[in-house]
Amino acid sequence: MIESRSGTAWLTHLVLAAGVVAFAFPIYMAVIGSTHDAATIGRGSLPLYPGGLAADNYAQAWSEGSGLRVKGVPVARMMLNSLVMAIVIALGKIAVSILSAYAVAFFHFPLRMFFFWMIFVTLMLPVEVRIIPTFKVVSDLGMINTFAGLTIPLIASATATLLFRQFFMTVPDALVEAAKIDGAGPLRFLKEILIPLSRTNIAALFVILFIYGWNQYLWPLLITTSRSMDTIVIGITKMIGTGDAQTDWNLIMATAVLAMLPPVAVVVLMQRWFVKGLVESEK
Amino acid sequence: MVFDNKLLPYLLLAPQVAITLVFFFWPGGQAVYQSFLLQDAFGLRQTFVWFENFRTVLSDPLYLDSGGRTLLFSASVTGLSMSAGLLLAVMADRHIRGATAYKTLLMWPYAVAPAVAAVLWLFIFHPSIGVLGQGLRRLGVPWDYKLNGAQAMLLVILAAAWKQVSYNFLFFLAGLQSIQKAVLEAAAIDGAGPSRRFWRIVFPLLSPTTFFLLVVNIVYAFFDTFGVIHALTGGGPGKATETLIYKVYVDGIINLDLGGSSAQSVILLIVVMALTAVQFRYIERRVHYG
Repeated sequence: MIESRSGTAWLTHLVLAAGVVAFAFPIYMAVIGSTHDAATIGRGSLPLYPGGLAADNYAQAWSEGSGLRVKGVPVARMMLNSLVMAIVIALGKIAVSILSAYAVAFFHFPLRMFFFWMIFVTLMLPVEVRIIPTFKVVSDLGMINTFAGLTIPLIASATATLLFRQFFMTVPDALVEAAKIDGAGPLRFLKEILIPLSRTNIAALFVILFIYGWNQYLWPLLITTSRSMDTIVIGITKMIGTGDAQTDWNLIMATAVLAMLPPVAVVVLMQRWFVKGLVESEK
Repeated sequence: MVFDNKLLPYLLLAPQVAITLVFFFWPGGQAVYQSFLLQDAFGLRQTFVWFENFRTVLSDPLYLDSGGRTLLFSASVTGLSMSAGLLLAVMADRHIRGATAYKTLLMWPYAVAPAVAAVLWLFIFHPSIGVLGQGLRRLGVPWDYKLNGAQAMLLVILAAAWKQVSYNFLFFLAGLQSIQKAVLEAAAIDGAGPSRRFWRIVFPLLSPTTFFLLVVNIVYAFFDTFGVIHALTGGGPGKATETLIYKVYVDGIINLDLGGSSAQSVILLIVVMALTAVQFRYIERRVHYG
């Protein structure tokens, strides 16, 4: 491009490769840990190459969970909890945000900007700063240990609303006029024109919000007290307990690998939408 | 452009507005209200005490220690993950073979939950079973993050920063790719070397991205790292890794000190508001529609 870089190309590769290794090494060790038995790991003699127990460990974690002394929750159950939570949160946020953005962008009505700011201000109220009263509201509504309690309070989304509003404002007036002339009412216009037009935005946002939902920690920690409602991210830290050498590290590592799989797969497979969603949802 | 319908817009807004009222504004208001109340020892009566709780919290040496720790933690996580992200982005922006493969291999840790990142790091740095934990001990380092507060802090910083590097990498890369190459070529013709070009041209042009990431990373370090600390150290040993968010959780949920924890919540609320306000004050500078 500017200077001959043949002398520095190897350095570039070296730095990037070091980054890749620094990212991959913890995962590599988790995979290795999930292929040996608990005793090998507990003795502190975990080798750097895979063992032969992968099938056994993953099968046991999947159907029974960790817990030789205390009965554990099967990973299959916790994965299902996480999946339901992540999908309901992602779709719920997208749905309520599209509806609100549509109202704000395409209608004139009293208090329009008041409602818009009301949604916007929730950016400043993360769950962490209102832990106890929010917990109390959910508990008064009888939503402890329910999927409703896990998901509904997280479904409001200022960023998604802003994003859709911004996109809706770029829709040409002619399109709206044409729809009106053809006799389409507002709901039909939303369903048959606006939502299909927003497809890529919806896909991009879904990737980001799915990861957001899957990785929730503080909220499920408060809202679920019954072990059968544990999400995988919460379940794995409960498995560690005090984290001494006698823990079932092989099963924990199998669980860790399983817990990372869905969100990482979503990022890698839907890469283009992921980058778009990431960059746009932060504007 | 607009539809004229009297009732419909309110119905469209209703779901989101209902959720914000019930789960955001009502509890947020409660947190502020609680922060002015003092509960007696049996939890039976509450008295209105104005700023008493705030005075207690802000003069509590434990709280101030926790605040100092949070600053150290946030500054380290932000500095570490931003500089690593920038370095990798500058490298990946060069025209080399395999650039897209590197990008894929560097973006996925974003998807790993903070708590799961903590579990991975715990497994590597565990003093008796972890590969690197054992390695350090073999080298004569008395490594045990369960007993040594400084080591525990180092470990939570590394685990929290590790997860955040990909995010910074992706934003810096997008920022670098939007810089016009002609500017750099002109500088090169004028005789500016690579390092001079970076510090005099690229870095200043990146400043909107850098500023935006600074705010996002501070918010991340303050609020989203609860999972890392809870899974890795539980705030310990002693209180060596107890950040402000962790302290709100411990005081409110474990110790059930409603007034004190609400006052802490309100202080954090002011921090979030300040950060958000700063971010939106500067947002016009970095508007680009993708």
